[in-house]
Order: sequence, then structure tokens, then C-alpha cells
Amino acid sequence: MSPPDADMAGSAVVSAEVRDAIEALLEREAALLDERRYEDWLALYAADAWYWVPHRPEQASPRDEISLFYDDRMLMETRVRRLMTAIAHAETPRARTLRVLSRASVTPAAEAGCDFVATAKFVMTEYRLNAQRLYAGTSRWGLRRASASFLIAWKRVDLVNAEATHEPMSVPF
Amino acid sequence: MTIMPRPVAASQLRELVRPDRVHRSIYADPAIFAQEMERVFGRAWLFVGHESQVPRPGDFYCTRLGRQPVIMARGGDGAVRVLHNRCAHRGSQVCTEEKGSAKHFRCGYHGWTYGTDGRLVSVPRAEGYGADFVGGSEAPGLAPVARMESYRGFVFASLAAGGPSLEAWLGPVALSFDDMVDRAPAGEVEVAGGIFKHYYDGNWKLYVENVNDLMHPRYVHESSIDTASRQPRDAKTDGAGDIAVRQMIQNGVLTQIWDRVGVWTLPYGHSYMGDYHDDKRLLGDSADPVFAAYRRALEAKHGAARAEEILGVSLFNTIVYPNLTFMSQFRQLRVIHPLSAGRTEVHIFSFRLKGAPERMFHDTVRFANAINSPASQILTDDLEIYRRIREGLDSEAPEWLNIGRGAGRDRADGPARVGDHGTSEIHIRNQFETWLDYMVAP
Repeated sequence: MSPPDADMAGSAVVSAEVRDAIEALLEREAALLDERRYEDWLALYAADAWYWVPHRPEQASPRDEISLFYDDRMLMETRVRRLMTAIAHAETPRARTLRVLSRASVTPAAEAGCDFVATAKFVMTEYRLNAQRLYAGTSRWGLRRASASFLIAWKRVDLVNAEATHEPMSVPF
Repeated sequence: MTIMPRPVAASQLRELVRPDRVHRSIYADPAIFAQEMERVFGRAWLFVGHESQVPRPGDFYCTRLGRQPVIMARGGDGAVRVLHNRCAHRGSQVCTEEKGSAKHFRCGYHGWTYGTDGRLVSVPRAEGYGADFVGGSEAPGLAPVARMESYRGFVFASLAAGGPSLEAWLGPVALSFDDMVDRAPAGEVEVAGGIFKHYYDGNWKLYVENVNDLMHPRYVHESSIDTASRQPRDAKTDGAGDIAVRQMIQNGVLTQIWDRVGVWTLPYGHSYMGDYHDDKRLLGDSADPVFAAYRRALEAKHGAARAEEILGVSLFNTIVYPNLTFMSQFRQLRVIHPLSAGRTEVHIFSFRLKGAPERMFHDTVRFANAINSPASQILTDDLEIYRRIREGLDSEAPEWLNIGRGAGRDRADGPARVGDHGTSEIHIRNQFETWLDYMVAP
């Protein structure tokens, strides 16, 4: 017996309308980050959101292990404010980025505070100071219904090279 | 640029280091870098790892000494050894994982197999080499480093057969290791939570010079100081943002405060600085039930007076020259691995205080993320400055870098020397005195 296909299982109970709305949201997130519209990006997130990039694959928790990013809402706000200033040396000159997302799979969420979980692959090209870098990985989003659309309750980004020796990073994936 | 012929002569090296300035070639010249690998990194005691990384026989951890790959392994006899990670046959690395547990190290090329103590235990078709090749006293094994010693669980190795013992070499800076370990109610610390690893474009010395440079935070970290200071504190946080924002704000203390923080220098290039924190959430607040439970555990172990003494030590960065810096109070340890004159790799360890409430370690992780992640809002600004120095040093004018803040005003303080103000560049001058001692000795 073959294992259940998560995408098919999800599509059985996720309406096309929901899937379209979520895909549009994730595309909008990538575009806002590429356009460096960080305040608009932050507005896609819930007031109790967190943004997590673990330091290794299959990391279970951000509490007892280090993370490349583990920003609660407060730290997301600080990071965005810093990315917007003109005085951050690491952002002078700023990086230019381009994100490509795969089609997302969307499933109903089993956890409290989320209605759906979306998963997609991504590649992000980052260009700064004559050097181009490539990041790739799998992103997961917890999505919460909010009025006509959704808010991002959390995002976890698993980089292919999470445990590698990294160049300095600054922009969210 | 011109590259100096090797070895760079003592007379020439002495010309490059002056009381208040050093020559740009010290940070840029490949011949000087090669000589540093041979004479500084080839002689000093270098941090390898902590015994807690290899708790059981067969456990190993791979790292580098200078640029040489080594394995720290616990043998079947329970002893920790530091071995060159290189097959005695054709030179292939025998261990390719960063850490793990193994019965043997088996070379993938021709199957030569070594015990985790480094001894050669089998060679396919060994009769091709003659009798007793494997079992004999001359059997080639994984070469042990010339010397290895540990201090309170911190394992050091030296690639030189001669030189001072680890304890003599550490001298009073050993007290900083005591400060970290004594804070553990169970009397031991362990490496935990993962190791951050990042590169930067710049010379290795820039990092060890910057760590105790108390003039830089206000300028290098202006962006994080400014944005954290404007952060509304009613935003939702589970502790991560709270700790990070507090640390970013703390870096913005006035220069007058930095000037009151002492930097003490010691023989062999070591130095340590006093602490500048006044934020009780970062330091440990007795009104906080978790910290109070921790204090009780420490008192149960040592008695109230000794616990008070342990908690009263107020240090921030300690530098063990050439390439180890750590924060005893905040349980962070950084190892600087030079790759070339203009490229460096840094590994950062976090430590758990055994016997302390687990939330103490959660705070250590939050602190590590805030200041030592490759995505840190603090660290990345330091790394950008190193990069700019590397680019700037391509200019040949002026020939010199200035290290003269407070020069001529240093004074003795017990076994140490201290600058006349906290923002003195005394630690950089001290590092270069040691650097010159290593570099000119043939």
C-alpha cells in the first residue's frame, strides 16, 4: 500500500476557493519581500506570529536549540524596522532578491490557532556587492482565517543547507 | 601588491609593529598569513572542543587546528585524544562527519582501519607490507597532535612539541573558564543546542581585536540600538524578542559607561573585559522565580557565601589569544578559524549549566540567536565592517593602521595591565606584542 498523498488528502477537504486565496497570499508575500516592502510584509502576519529558520533539518523546537532566525512578533517588528533604516551597515548597500515558489500543498491544520497549513518549495537568489547567492528550501505556513482572507500565524523555513557554514544573512526567506 | 618572501625576517616584522600602529601588510599579505599559520597557530594552545561533545567511547567531533583537520575522539579506553584526520597511507580524510559515534575510522580509499584511539587495527592484504605491519610498534596510525591538555573540560591542543603547559599559558585567564563552570550548580557545563558557523571576508585578527573594542558598539551597532530602542514593548513575545531587544538596547550604553568598563591584558595576548550590563533580565534577577530557583540550587551546592561570590563575578568577553573568545556569564564560546589572509570562519558554541533550571538554557539559546546567528541583527553589522576593512586595505595609503587609543597610559594591575579608560586599545597592542613574539622566533 502506498503512503497517502498529503496533497491529495488535503485537496479532498480544502476548497478551490481556499486554496486559491492561500496561494495568492503566499505569492504576495514573496513579492513584498522581493520589493523590500517589509512593513506590508509584516502586515500579512498575525499579532502573535513567529518566523522560524531552524539550524538543522528536523529540528523539533526553537527553545532548546539555536536557530538561524527565530523571531517572535516583537523581534519581527524590530528586524523590519532595522531593514528599513538607512544606518544598518550590513544593509548598505541593500541586497536585491528574487524568490520563486512552487505550487503549494494546502491541508487543514490539526493545531489550535491555525485553520490551514501550506507547504511549498522555494529558491531565493540574493544579489549584493557583485556577489550572487542561492538559497533553497521548504517553507511551511500556518494560516488563520481573518475576515475575508487569511493571516500568517507562523512560518517555518527549512533550508537545504541549514547546518552549513553561512555567509551573513539578513532578509527573511 | 608585493608579497613578502618567506620566512619574513624578524627585523622586517619588527618594523611592522609599532607602539601605536601596525602595518597594513599584517592583515593582507599572504606570506605573513602563511607564517602566522606556522608560528602562531603552529605553536599556541588552540581550543579543540569540550569533553561533553564526546561523552561515550567512540564519540567524535571533527574540527580544525589552524587550517589542519583534526578529530577529537574518545577511545575505547575512555581517554579523549586529538588526532590528525588523515589516513597514514595515501592522505585521505578518514572521518567525514562533523560529529557522531564510531567503532572505527575506516579509510574509504583502501580500507585501512583505525581504532577511535588512532591505532591502526587492520589493513587489507597487510602481507604486502611485511610481517607485523599492523600490530608492530612502528605501525602507522592516525597521528596524534603534538600536545593535548584540558582545563575543566575544555580541550586544547598544540601542534608544537615544546612550550608552556596549558595552565601556565592560560595564567589568570583560566579564571574566566572557572567563572563559566562554577556557575553550574552541578559543577559541570556541556555543549548544547547546536553550533553556529559563519564566514566573513576579512582577516582573522579583526575578530579578536573587535571583541574587546569598547568604542565600536555605539557606531557599528547603531542600527540595532536605534531600532530596538524604538520597539514597542507591548508587542507579543515568547522571550526571544524580549532578550534580543534588551541586548540590542544594552549595546547603546553611553561611552562614559564603556570607559568605566575595564579591559585587562595578560601574557600570551589574552585579555578580558568587565561587564557593562545593567539589565537584570539578562543578568539574572532574583525576583524572577526561575533565577531564584537557580540561585537556591547554587546555594545548596556551595553555601550562600560562595554562591554570592560566584554570581558576583562580572565579566563579559574573554579572549584567549589567538583564536578563542568567550562570554563566561552568557555561556557563549567563539572559535575563529583563519582560512586565508582575507577569509575567516567562526564557530560558536553554547553551554548548558548542569543542574540549572532548563529555562536558563532557553535564555542562553535566545541570547545566542540574538548575537551569534549568521542572521543576527548585531553580528552582521560587525561582519560587514570586517569586509569593508578587507576592501579598504587594498589601498596602500596610508601604510599604517592606528592602534594608539590610550597608548603610553597603560598601567600594571596585579598580574595584568589595564588601560587608563575602558575604550583604550590596550588589548590590541597586547595581542601584537604576543604576535611579534611568536612570529620572530624561528
